Amino acid sequence: MRVAPLLELRGLNVRYGAVEAVRGIDIVIERGEIVALLGANGAGKSSTMNTIVGLTPVAGGRVFFDQDDITNRPAELMPQLGLTLAPEGRRVFGTLSVEDNLAMGAYAASDRAAIRDAYERVFDLFPILAERRRQFAGTLSGGQQQMLAIGRALMCSPKLLLLDEPSLGLAPKIVEQVFSLLETLRARDVTLFVVEQNVAQALAIADRAYMMASGRIVDSGPAAAMRDERALEAVYLGHD
Amino acid sequence: MIDAALILQQLVNAIALGGTYALLALGLAVVFSIMGLINFAHGELMTIAGYVLMACGLIGLPFGLAVPLAVMGAMLAAVAMERIAFRPVRNASAATMLVTSFAVAMILQVLFQNLISARSQPVIIPDFLSTSLQIGGFVIGVNKVFAIVLTMIMLVALELFMTRQKHGIAMRAAAEDFDVARLMGIRADTVIAGAFALSGMLAGVAAVLWVAQRGSADPLMGFTPVLKAFIAAILGGLGSLKGAVAGGMMLGFIEVFLAAFLPSAWQEFREPIALSLVVLILVARPNGLIPAAALKAQKA
Repeated sequence: MRVAPLLELRGLNVRYGAVEAVRGIDIVIERGEIVALLGANGAGKSSTMNTIVGLTPVAGGRVFFDQDDITNRPAELMPQLGLTLAPEGRRVFGTLSVEDNLAMGAYAASDRAAIRDAYERVFDLFPILAERRRQFAGTLSGGQQQMLAIGRALMCSPKLLLLDEPSLGLAPKIVEQVFSLLETLRARDVTLFVVEQNVAQALAIADRAYMMASGRIVDSGPAAAMRDERALEAVYLGHD
Repeated sequence: MIDAALILQQLVNAIALGGTYALLALGLAVVFSIMGLINFAHGELMTIAGYVLMACGLIGLPFGLAVPLAVMGAMLAAVAMERIAFRPVRNASAATMLVTSFAVAMILQVLFQNLISARSQPVIIPDFLSTSLQIGGFVIGVNKVFAIVLTMIMLVALELFMTRQKHGIAMRAAAEDFDVARLMGIRADTVIAGAFALSGMLAGVAAVLWVAQRGSADPLMGFTPVLKAFIAAILGGLGSLKGAVAGGMMLGFIEVFLAAFLPSAWQEFREPIALSLVVLILVARPNGLIPAAALKAQKA
């Protein structure tokens, strides 16, 4: 028997009033994958992410997670399912300490031992956060805030972590760190679904990718094949 | 000649009055920071606490028992207010929520007038609160000491709750970024009901202090102090908790010192002068004394 995918979007539709931001997309994510969601600004990538986690209502279609229909389930219930989002722009709680930000990430967890383990894992991945644990998150650098945003998301021990533009606004060296971190996370059994505008780097670490434009999926496939397509396009059409 | 004892005396008065404003402004700020509602029915929570004190006095309960009952009454009323009136308009515009709060205030005032009395009702206040202490050269009313001590206890307890307790930290997180807080599993209903309970508790304590100065409760008793608290909250920086305390204290100082030291010919202009001072401070600091973090983040 085939094991159900970890996440499945069937004909997902998202609207803001009269505007249709996402127009009936199908996406499947298997356990242990890194899947990239690519596309230009306004293609509907962030709307897709926010809708999966229940921050934006589903206008049509269904969302399945871990064999469960979670269509329009409120955002508050996602951490318990093992699904979370590190949102675009990091959005750490700037007036809370690093430690309190992490504590909020574990808000839904009740098992003290599991919370302690989660702290250990996060501090092990990001030693700088352990060093700065008493500092206000607002005083961290952009790269450190991104580490904190990812660390905070990891505190609920997610099966699937959605990342919206994790490299946005970061220095190239930090961007490399973020991408290598994603590979580390996959090695630790976290499935990743990543929105990126940094196409080349995303395709370098992803297993598969979907390309969005104007609310639709316009291309999808193994990352390697999409890399070749892009290289070919660059030769013939003079892109990039 | 202004002597030191008089200044010290007025300082005590200013802290006592400013502390009461601070508690009320905090209650407004807690709710505003979470859901963007300026709750003008906050004053009616004070009135409810005042009537609970009155009722406790009538049936002969000791003051030590009446105070926690009054505070609990205001807390329950605040939670009920949220559940019945504000939850249905939670996602509506700020103007809709504001008008809803006016409606709640008016409905409650009419209920008080018709079910209790339109006139002021005496509240039995224990005798010790109207005595005074003599410390060195100056005399200080026990009710002022009571107000200052109770305010300090509330401020310290609130600070501990907001910085050490998981639910208090969650409230600060939700005030800063409600959507991300929900992503962490912090329930909107819980955190909003909690904010109302907290604001009710603060209004209840403020009501005890207010009534202890006056010895009476009436249907409109909440209006003036809450208007002052609203001014204090804006002066401090709307939505900022530290700002609410700073604004409340500042307003208390301005009022008490104007009353004490303005020449008698000017006394009738005391209120406009006080408000002019508030406006001057806001011209210099448009976002208030200690602006809210969310506002700072927006500007950045």
